Amino acid sequence: MLYSEKVMDHFNNPRNVGVIEDADGVGEVGNPVCGDMMKITIKVDETDHIRDVKFQTLGCGAAIATSSIVTEMAKGLTVQEAVAISKQQVADELGGLPPAKMHCSVLATDGLKVAVDDYLKTHGRAPIAGEIKSSDPNFDPHGDEDHDHDDHEVVAPVLTEPVADPGCCQR
Amino acid sequence: MTTYFDYAATTPVDERVLETMMPFFTERFGNANSLYGIGRDAFRALEEARESVARSINAERPDEIIFTGGGTESDNAALIGILLRVAPEGGAHLIVSAFEHHAILEPAHWLEKRGFELTVLNPRDDGHIHADDLRAAMKPNTKLVSIMHANNEIGTINPIKELAAVAHEGGALFHTDAAQTLGKIPFDVQDLGIDAASFSSHKIYGPKGFGALYLKKRTPFGAYLMGGGQEFKKRSGTQNTPGAAGFAKALEIMVAEQPAEVARLAGLRDKVIAGVMSALENTQATTLVEPRLPHIASLLINGVEGEAMLLQLDNKGISVSTGSACSSGSLEPSHVLLSIGCPPEIAHGSLRISLGRFTTEEDVDYFLEVFPPIVERLRAMSPVYARMFGSK
Repeated sequence: MLYSEKVMDHFNNPRNVGVIEDADGVGEVGNPVCGDMMKITIKVDETDHIRDVKFQTLGCGAAIATSSIVTEMAKGLTVQEAVAISKQQVADELGGLPPAKMHCSVLATDGLKVAVDDYLKTHGRAPIAGEIKSSDPNFDPHGDEDHDHDDHEVVAPVLTEPVADPGCCQR
Repeated sequence: MTTYFDYAATTPVDERVLETMMPFFTERFGNANSLYGIGRDAFRALEEARESVARSINAERPDEIIFTGGGTESDNAALIGILLRVAPEGGAHLIVSAFEHHAILEPAHWLEKRGFELTVLNPRDDGHIHADDLRAAMKPNTKLVSIMHANNEIGTINPIKELAAVAHEGGALFHTDAAQTLGKIPFDVQDLGIDAASFSSHKIYGPKGFGALYLKKRTPFGAYLMGGGQEFKKRSGTQNTPGAAGFAKALEIMVAEQPAEVARLAGLRDKVIAGVMSALENTQATTLVEPRLPHIASLLINGVEGEAMLLQLDNKGISVSTGSACSSGSLEPSHVLLSIGCPPEIAHGSLRISLGRFTTEEDVDYFLEVFPPIVERLRAMSPVYARMFGSK
């Protein structure tokens, strides 16, 4: 699977990493199934323009790159424009993403939306972002793509119970 | 300059192997089935290779070695070739382990769809399959058990001799996928008492696209690849003479150098594990329970995602492997790690470092120098590291 040069650039030199301490909006999204977690903090001025954005991300190359680029895309936009950024736009800004990684761009745009709605809520205004899918425990990262589910059949019944305690790990 | 730490994935062809193979691409190019001089010469070379492989594994007879197109083909042939001959109408029971390579799991599921019963046996959390668990899984209609000799991701070695005995007690045949053990640790088919085994050339400094299937004499088997009847009517196709010559030579070298290499690689492996665990908090070895392969270090780096580590190490010229979900085509974490009870969020931080013939102490030192800062930087970027794992 090949990442574009721009994806690799944003992965190796991510922009706007960190946390805004006195943020106007905070968005935390994540999908434990696939192990990606993201936190976005924004500063918004009195004309609803995003003046500063920072992110923290746990995830793969695409997760870090999409987080980084979405912070660049969001700076200077109004909150209304920011929630309209689509995952396709994020992927296009990065010069494309492998199909299996498109869901990482959903995480980035969702993080921004949650941060915007958080900002609006603390100012007593209505949310505008709509449905946030990626933090839903039932979220299927493959939902938007053409995907052959015959590839992932459930394994036949196993003999012993799966163990909840990670006894495998030697500390 | 690259530091290659993924020998379990594949290996370079040793120059001694390449030298052995070359004439068969050019002057000695004959088809081993042809009756004239150059054909008979190729046939002789093929049979010499066969005898060499048989000696290397202490097979009773050379015709117990079938040359194939690789470990995956050998695995498919073993499961399908044996079961369809033993129970052509289906109904028989097959047992495989949960942490087998997909080259065993896929044909196993294919057989299940075609009317065979399948049990997928879990390893215990120590990373090994236990004989008692296999015994409990056996049924009166169990006809074949296939358990890998060693696991390619976590490096644990299964008690094949015991497991084969359990299978035989229950009236079943026993096959093992020995792709990760042939040549690397002692492998004597008569001592182990197995009926079949799969081998892979490109794991032992031989050419890709070549392997072998050990089939003990009188083991029921129906050809998986049909055609001109080569390989004792068990695997048709014009024989790959350069492949056979190369594979046999590669195996001879492995056996000759084995005792020294086992000691050397185990020392380097342990240096990697100890170095990582002392330099970084919140890291574990997947399992340290012996017996394990001497060349595989399987680590869990908490709070960091595997593909991100892999790409950062690649920037530094270091090649490793990971079992994280994001790095797999299926977006699921390694089935091997899940099978030993590893929670998905821990499996995401898995790293496999596998060493080999050309690994030096300097390679290990370089890795230990550049890896901890990579992890620290990625942990600093994470929104949840401090919260999930605590931090000094």
